[in-house]
Amino acid sequence: MTATPKTTPLYDSHLAAGAKIVDFAGWAMPIHYGSQLKEHEIVRSDAGMFDVSHMCVIDITGADAKDWLRTLIANDVEKLGFEGKALYSGMLTPEGTVIDDLIVYLTHYGYRMVVNAGTADKDIAWMLKQAEGRAVELTVRRELAMIAVQGPNAIEKACKVLHEEWESTIKGLKVFQGFPFGSVEEGWFIARTGYTGEDGLEIMLPADEAPLFWKALIGAGVAPIGLGARDTLRLEAGMNLYGHDMDETVSPLQAGMGWTIAWEPADRNFIGRAALEAEKAAGVAMKQVGLVLEGRGVLREGLKVVVEGVGEGVITSGTFSPTLKHSVAIARVPAATDANSSKAQVDLRGTLTDVRVVKMPFVRNGKKVFE
Amino acid sequence: MSNVPAELKYVNSHEWLRLEEDGSVTIGITDHAQELLGDIVFVELPEVGAQLAADATAGVVESVKAASDVYAPIAGEVVEVNVELEGSPELANTDPYGAAWFFRVKPANAADLDSCLTAAEYTKEIGA
Repeated sequence: MTATPKTTPLYDSHLAAGAKIVDFAGWAMPIHYGSQLKEHEIVRSDAGMFDVSHMCVIDITGADAKDWLRTLIANDVEKLGFEGKALYSGMLTPEGTVIDDLIVYLTHYGYRMVVNAGTADKDIAWMLKQAEGRAVELTVRRELAMIAVQGPNAIEKACKVLHEEWESTIKGLKVFQGFPFGSVEEGWFIARTGYTGEDGLEIMLPADEAPLFWKALIGAGVAPIGLGARDTLRLEAGMNLYGHDMDETVSPLQAGMGWTIAWEPADRNFIGRAALEAEKAAGVAMKQVGLVLEGRGVLREGLKVVVEGVGEGVITSGTFSPTLKHSVAIARVPAATDANSSKAQVDLRGTLTDVRVVKMPFVRNGKKVFE
Repeated sequence: MSNVPAELKYVNSHEWLRLEEDGSVTIGITDHAQELLGDIVFVELPEVGAQLAADATAGVVESVKAASDVYAPIAGEVVEVNVELEGSPELANTDPYGAAWFFRVKPANAADLDSCLTAAEYTKEIGA
């Protein structure tokens, strides 16, 4: 870890917008531009944008790219039936724990992968090791910036400042689809993905074009949103945050990522498969649930959860939900916990407080979705 | 840059104090404290009639980011609490020295106020 945090191409833009800057995974990033709650509300009701240039884009090419990816990650790129389709997956250790979570797109030149900022270096080292002796080439695209434009009006507003001739293609993108726009060398890649539970785009573009594009988006009525609101938005959407809800000590089966594991075909021997099969055979000990505290107080990461008659678990992420006006949390609890009937308590500053156990997500497209 | 009104007294746990004409003392959290906490979403206040020792926990202020105790900067009996603040905790962000006062005490010893920090001393304390 270097003493001086890295900066994205939009660092000066953040300062100009009045950002409060914090160190996030070795990057100097905006935590908010005044009020995290207001920023959250803007994304749920209109359109906001996040600088996510700290995330790492890796292009994967070569004759073995597909076969290699089918062993590297737990989801199966065979499912990517056409160019532009994207897939969410965990990349696992041989022990069946999570190295990182990522998105991979099928492109005309091969695959594009987007991984987390804090894990990028170890991911690349792991991938290079796995690629030894294979006809696979990894190209780390650090020259790209990435801006996530999110919210019910995000796509409409973003299209106002993007090339007019791209508009129909962008509006035709289905959820979890993305393409390069123009040549790959030009650097523009637009996907209908995000991390907020709202509609929107993630736009990769050349670093030197990012500040002007950011400014144009502000002009189109898209508000800059900090990492603080990014966290409350993704938590309401019930989405995992690496290093909190899962990491190399946690099995994806215990972190709500079971749906991302492609068990079929049975002979696809992805890294971690044997360990996960053994875990399933022995009985998965823990599972992920949502917790809701409708009274006063905020559920926070690391707090102990006691499930009556079942056992103990832990909150892996917790916050105040600006949409619901009360606290919600993601927790890892014993597998026998039932999302409808279990009674649970959390030790809140010395007081055992009743919480509800629910099935996530909490919020989608601006609305409460749990029972 | 935090606002530190010259006419108030302070303690280094980031509460401010104001001596009222009736001899009671109004207490709240400083602008610097609310800046550190970020968006405030819950406030817990003491009970009216509670006898607080100096430095005793008098309440809780909870933001999206963190929970923090509010301390009684001086000893005394709680004579009034700001019920409105419980319903609108965001006032602590927008008006920390006005609408967002927390509680009022009748000091056990009026001279205790003299040992609190002046605005200049508190400003130095927070490096503002």
